[in-house]
Amino acid sequence: MKRITLLILMGLLVTACAAPKPTEPQVLRVMTHDSFSVSEEVIAAFEAEHNVTVQFLKAGDTGTMLNQAILSKENPQADVIYGIDNTFLSRALEADIALPLKQVALDGIPENLRLDPEHRFFPVDYGDVCLNYDKETLESTGLAVPQDLSALTLPEYKGLLVVQNPASSSPGLAFLIATIEKFGEEGYLDYWRALRANDVLVVDGWDTAYYTEFSGGAYSEGTRPLVVSYASSPAAEVYFSEGALTEPPTGAITAPGMCFRQIEFVAALRNGESPELAQAFVAFTLSEAFQADIPLQMWVYPTNQAVALPQVFQDHAQPAQYAGEVLSPIDIEQNRERWIQEWTEAVLR
Amino acid sequence: MPTPRASRASRQLQPWVLLLLPLLFLTLFYFYPLAAIFRVSFVENDASAVLPRLLSAGTLRVLGFTFGQALLSTALTLLLGLPGAYIFAHYDFPGKTLLQALATVPFVLPTVVVATAFTALTGSQSELRYTLGAILLAHIFYNVTVILRMVGGFWANLDPHLEQAARTLGASPWNAFREVTLPLLAPALGAAAMLVFIFCFTSFGVILILGGPRFATLEVEIYRQTINFANLPLAAALSLLQIGITLMLTLTYTRLQTGLARPLELRPQWATQRRPHHFPEIALVSATVLLLGLLLIAPLLTLITRSFGDGLHYYTALFENPRRSIFYVPPIMAIWNSARFALATTALALFLGLLTSLALLRQRLASGGWVLDALFMLPLGTSAVTLGLGYLISMGRPPLALRGTPLLIICGHTLVALPFVVRSLLPALQSIRPALREAAATLGAAPIHVFIEVDLPIVRRALAVGSVFAFTVSMGEFGATSMIARPELPTLPIAIYRFLSLPGALNYGQALAMSTILMMVCVVGFVAMERSRPLGMQTF
Repeated sequence: MKRITLLILMGLLVTACAAPKPTEPQVLRVMTHDSFSVSEEVIAAFEAEHNVTVQFLKAGDTGTMLNQAILSKENPQADVIYGIDNTFLSRALEADIALPLKQVALDGIPENLRLDPEHRFFPVDYGDVCLNYDKETLESTGLAVPQDLSALTLPEYKGLLVVQNPASSSPGLAFLIATIEKFGEEGYLDYWRALRANDVLVVDGWDTAYYTEFSGGAYSEGTRPLVVSYASSPAAEVYFSEGALTEPPTGAITAPGMCFRQIEFVAALRNGESPELAQAFVAFTLSEAFQADIPLQMWVYPTNQAVALPQVFQDHAQPAQYAGEVLSPIDIEQNRERWIQEWTEAVLR
Repeated sequence: MPTPRASRASRQLQPWVLLLLPLLFLTLFYFYPLAAIFRVSFVENDASAVLPRLLSAGTLRVLGFTFGQALLSTALTLLLGLPGAYIFAHYDFPGKTLLQALATVPFVLPTVVVATAFTALTGSQSELRYTLGAILLAHIFYNVTVILRMVGGFWANLDPHLEQAARTLGASPWNAFREVTLPLLAPALGAAAMLVFIFCFTSFGVILILGGPRFATLEVEIYRQTINFANLPLAAALSLLQIGITLMLTLTYTRLQTGLARPLELRPQWATQRRPHHFPEIALVSATVLLLGLLLIAPLLTLITRSFGDGLHYYTALFENPRRSIFYVPPIMAIWNSARFALATTALALFLGLLTSLALLRQRLASGGWVLDALFMLPLGTSAVTLGLGYLISMGRPPLALRGTPLLIICGHTLVALPFVVRSLLPALQSIRPALREAAATLGAAPIHVFIEVDLPIVRRALAVGSVFAFTVSMGEFGATSMIARPELPTLPIAIYRFLSLPGALNYGQALAMSTILMMVCVVGFVAMERSRPLGMQTF
């Protein structure tokens, strides 16, 4: 009896250590961040057309994914990388991890989203990071929806705002950049000191901010009526209420000078196993079939302007408006560490 | 019939033979990837600017905080865990198994989910939020089970007559405890405290999410330098610092430990446990259970209640995929994936842990055993970010082309689980009188039979404790494997994180429902491991 236990133990061990199956020849590996999603039939269509199996590898958040791609660029984990955004684009370009793809067309994609003239990183989706507000709380307290970042330092907005730490959260960094675009290098730290004096709450990530601190979401636990989130979040509130809500309980503030546009890119990795298939997949992500699937899967916008948006986006989401200077990926990469450190000194110490 | 000389030679050879596989495992899945990432960080990157930054006031501040909070957390966890361990060891009361299983559940819960439960309990205006207090409370919440299981399990097999004898000879209860029980308990106590300390020392999610952005441990700093600032040399230097401190601590601990362990007459649990009779006993048990319940069970209950906030709706929604997402995972599949990884990890960790413990036991008195012992603790005190990137670089091509395979995930989990198994087993093995083994050997039993007939029955409880922790480590997705891209075998924690990354009532509700399922799977697993015992070993 005891020996049997030991035998079972050994058996389990052997099973656990069984050699991995060799990779099939026709597999396309796509590396993405954890928030990526797509419909089954969209991928099935690509697989059928090219006689290939698409394997997705989730590699953590965008920063973690890029680090992995750079460290393993001689022997990459995948053939395609999806989701490097404009805050990390410059680092990706500098590390030279992607192949130039001259044949991939950029039809229907606006000029201002194309940030790599050498055709390595292709803009595939974008989202606007901006403030969301709790409609009910603002209405019941008679507070106006702030239409200018400066308003948030006024005494009537004291203790109402929750933001994410730019050192650990991508919307947090996006909002910090929005304040730098608005107030400039010379003014942004003063602005943040004023926010701090006005009792801004800084938390680690989007989920804590939205679900634990914000008061507006249908299931949010918190008490603060202003949060950094996305312009599409109100539409998601309606969609995921499954008919319980016809109007979102929250609103997004998309006025000029309040938001930062995150643009995500797709690219074929150097040294991948199947560069032709990788190129075909990159082109496919810019095609109408894939682009039309983006909004309801990832709650961001397709870059191809010819694609019709789903009804819930048309009714409850509006893209942000931009008027002033927009910082380039190079500006962001060169200054990111200093900005975050200065911000940390001003807001957290 | 071997001659006496031959048998002595075989006994001296044995530790190294036993250690062959564990050492190979440690070399391949710990030292090899670590060497790879350090080489890239220090040789292929410009590392000249590292030293001034490593010795800066900023680093010192982080180091001081990391150390201080870990020390405080460990002390508080001991303070709260010891009465619990005493109760679990000495009394039998209704619901004990369930309570013990529930107390281990926090270990596997994602920090974001725990944060929500704490907020719901303390109120979102509580003064406690985003303070050192919140960090300490969370560390107790997560780690008290280590004390309960490791100390409680060992205590349950101590002969109560020893303390009773001291009392009869006129010692006060406190003196009898201090002079008799405490020294006997010391090996298990030290092992548990050491594990809790290293866990808190390398704490990451609790610090970020519950402590808020004002606090940073070395682990947090390593993550930021790696991911946000791409400063690999500094990150690697901080990692080395973290490893160095862990090594010094574990060396000190294993050195002290060699003097602590002594052979004992262990008693079966039916001889040491009874139902509480008199009023003071009943009051003591109730008070401890109430305290533990308040701290450990209340947050869990909050989560469960909320997951039923819309009736069964969030649960039924788990079975649907209206958006036809390719990443949709049916709950059964997530449970199956989690269970497969956890069982494989448990099997591998038990096998390697047994070999390691038996070898260390024989090697102990000779020089060097304690150094080896400390070596096996190291993975627990090593940054998951650093080791994960080490896997990325070193496991991409032969001889170890394991990147993207489930096996690497199992091995990564096992690396973290191994110290728990060894720390559970060693105190129990050390307490076995050598005379017992010698008697069996003299009567002609082969070494394997000596082990099966003498050691195994006595350490069964310790084995169960080790399995529970190995299972838990894998269920909770601990370790470096979160840093490498993985194929689509989504586990329960991964499914929970996916729901939490989108706004909307349904996503939040499904995350809670999935968390509740995770708790249930763990409770079932724990109770099964507690109950399962090979035939004929009912007594211990």
